[in-house]
Amino acid sequence: MRRIILPALTRIEGHGKIIIQLDDQGNVADARFTVMSLRGFERFCAGRPVEEMPRLVTRICGVCPWAHHLASAKAGDALFGAAIPPAARKLRELTYMAHYMHSHVLHFYFLSGPDLLLGAPSDASGRGIAGLLQAVPGLARRALRARQLGQMMTRILGGKAIHPDVAVPGGWSKPLTGTEVGALKEMGRECRDFAAFAIADAKQEVFPRYLDEWGSFAPITTGFLGTTRNGALDLYDGDLRMMTRDGGYEDFAAADYLAHISECSMPWSYSKFSYHRQAEGFSMEPDRPAGVYRAGALARINVCDRIPTPLAQEELEEFRRAFGRPAQSSCLFHWCRLIELVFAAERALELLDDPEITDPHTRVPAELIAGRGVGSVEAPRGTLIHDYKADGRGLITAVNLIVGTTHNNAAINLSLKAAARSLIRGGTWDDGVLNRVAMAVRAYDP
Amino acid sequence: MLRIAWDCLAACSGCETALLDIGEPLLDILAQARIAHMPLLMDGPAGGLSISGQSGIPAADVGVLSGCLRTEADVALAEEMREKCQTLLAVGTCAAFGGVPALANQHALSDMMDTVFPLAQETEVSAPPLAVPRMLDRVRALTEVVRVDMVLPGCPPPPEMLAAGLTSLLDGMPFHLPERSVCDECPTRRERKSLATIQRPLEAVYSRPGQGLGEVRCYMEQGFLCLGPVTMAGCGGADRVPRCIEARVACRGCFGPLRAGADPMLDMLGALASIGLDPRLIEDRAATFRRFTGAGGRLRPLSAAREPTGTAEGGAS
Repeated sequence: MRRIILPALTRIEGHGKIIIQLDDQGNVADARFTVMSLRGFERFCAGRPVEEMPRLVTRICGVCPWAHHLASAKAGDALFGAAIPPAARKLRELTYMAHYMHSHVLHFYFLSGPDLLLGAPSDASGRGIAGLLQAVPGLARRALRARQLGQMMTRILGGKAIHPDVAVPGGWSKPLTGTEVGALKEMGRECRDFAAFAIADAKQEVFPRYLDEWGSFAPITTGFLGTTRNGALDLYDGDLRMMTRDGGYEDFAAADYLAHISECSMPWSYSKFSYHRQAEGFSMEPDRPAGVYRAGALARINVCDRIPTPLAQEELEEFRRAFGRPAQSSCLFHWCRLIELVFAAERALELLDDPEITDPHTRVPAELIAGRGVGSVEAPRGTLIHDYKADGRGLITAVNLIVGTTHNNAAINLSLKAAARSLIRGGTWDDGVLNRVAMAVRAYDP
Repeated sequence: MLRIAWDCLAACSGCETALLDIGEPLLDILAQARIAHMPLLMDGPAGGLSISGQSGIPAADVGVLSGCLRTEADVALAEEMREKCQTLLAVGTCAAFGGVPALANQHALSDMMDTVFPLAQETEVSAPPLAVPRMLDRVRALTEVVRVDMVLPGCPPPPEMLAAGLTSLLDGMPFHLPERSVCDECPTRRERKSLATIQRPLEAVYSRPGQGLGEVRCYMEQGFLCLGPVTMAGCGGADRVPRCIEARVACRGCFGPLRAGADPMLDMLGALASIGLDPRLIEDRAATFRRFTGAGGRLRPLSAAREPTGTAEGGAS
């Protein structure tokens, strides 16, 4: 039996390896996406003071540190029973919207962008940021600028764009000034214009080229997990919604996640696999998967009833008319990311127009209480859950983390198997084929 | 044209995000250099999806590694980069001192694996994986494993420092790290004595609304532990105001020690005493003082008696 091993999958955050097992006829017998390392945050965060957690867990991911930062601050709020001031909640959400600008632009244009925008360059090393700057310089520079704007906004709001520490159990440590609001509004408007351009441009130039092919090469059918607030898309706060493949759903508080989600491990990956408890067991067999659901942009767009900003709501309606609910093709993750980009920019401007955003009262003192606190946000890559227990000195005794890619791990493996089976037949493949296989994984932005 | 190979060990990609945050000047750097290998942002010459099972790292003038070493695969990557690159640059505090992941060095490896993959957690029975690179017994900094020619610390290094470091390599000029502490660049007002006993940062540092940082009293003199005195300056980038201080929270030492080999734990005890604060009142002292510098034997497994209660069961309920 032969194996195709892609030792280090490119253009993803972290270390992922693809192993494709071929049978005697050269067809795909099995395929796996395996995560190659583990740092053990769930162990070494125990013993740390609760209030230090939001500035420790950022280091889980330098692409999406704000997701971990805010989920952790929310877990700290819950653990200490702190009712944070309205301005703190708004500043957290506003900064998070700017962070989405960075993360979604990074993924669409620079991680998946080479696949979507460049076609098939003769030299594979052209599939990268330098290749983009050469082939589509105007678009690449515009996207670089938009991502940078998001980072500049988070820097103004939180002091530090990567690995921030401004969100604390009890609120937010740095009030926003009127002068800063002026500068942020200007940047926010440029972000909104970019987002509107990005989705219009992609609907014209990118998606039509790929939709047919995408629909056919890696079809899977799963459930979806996301956050909604009164049914509307919300990236910072709300109830979790688990939707089954037929579109039925159940809402529950994030703190009750264990009643709905289980995790298990496989001997071949350092990343765990979460699955829907209410399903009949867990299986990643392509022909009869069980318990598998997806999280992230596609899931959020599927589970929400509406989007509370006008341009993004129009995009949602158009998307639903075209693909139904729930839409199943993983390649639609890219489309949904751009709908969320529009929402994030619109929502940032709404929050900047709110007079309460400059209220200097952004923090309440936290009190040391023993107990448990669960915080969740929608990370760009999927629902993020931080679950802490602490003793009476406010020191952490136990930590459970479920990150976006854990929710998606089973689905990624399913998509990979489906793509590999349909693209590799009779023992023949080339770089282009393998990149198509990789795209099935990259769609999740793992 | 200078060829650069850039790869990540056990890391978060924050250093690479900081690289992108250089913005426009990054385009000038890219115009003068050829990035020959950078899996995070580009495919390799033979297809990023090289099927050979090989790493695909080409020979390069400059090698850049971020992250600490957690697995045997990280050691192999570090050694290969050292072999293939003329100059090796360690980027970020993980590569320099172990970083946050080196907090794991307080625990035996088996203890960590038992917690992360608990056999009796109510979520699911599971066991640690086998068919994956083997874990090292403890986290190592890159500087412990191979010879490193240049270090840019920071978690992450600010974009300005990354740009300056890369530009100095392009120009063949030496690059000097700051020889100042975070306190030397901190705008807050110091009077060399504390106003209060040491307290946990459970409430805001005192400042009146709209007050500039220059009028705000030093956070540590207000009683909030700050690692500024023992931490290398540079996080503020162009405008020099330390980033955490700007966010109205105290420094935790992400740039690492002031001088190579200095131990922030010992120096910090002196800094606290000099303004009349009692370090014995600080919770979780060792892991706080050495939060970013736990490699190189600075953090070691605690004795069983000092383990916090409750962790033995692991997981959440």
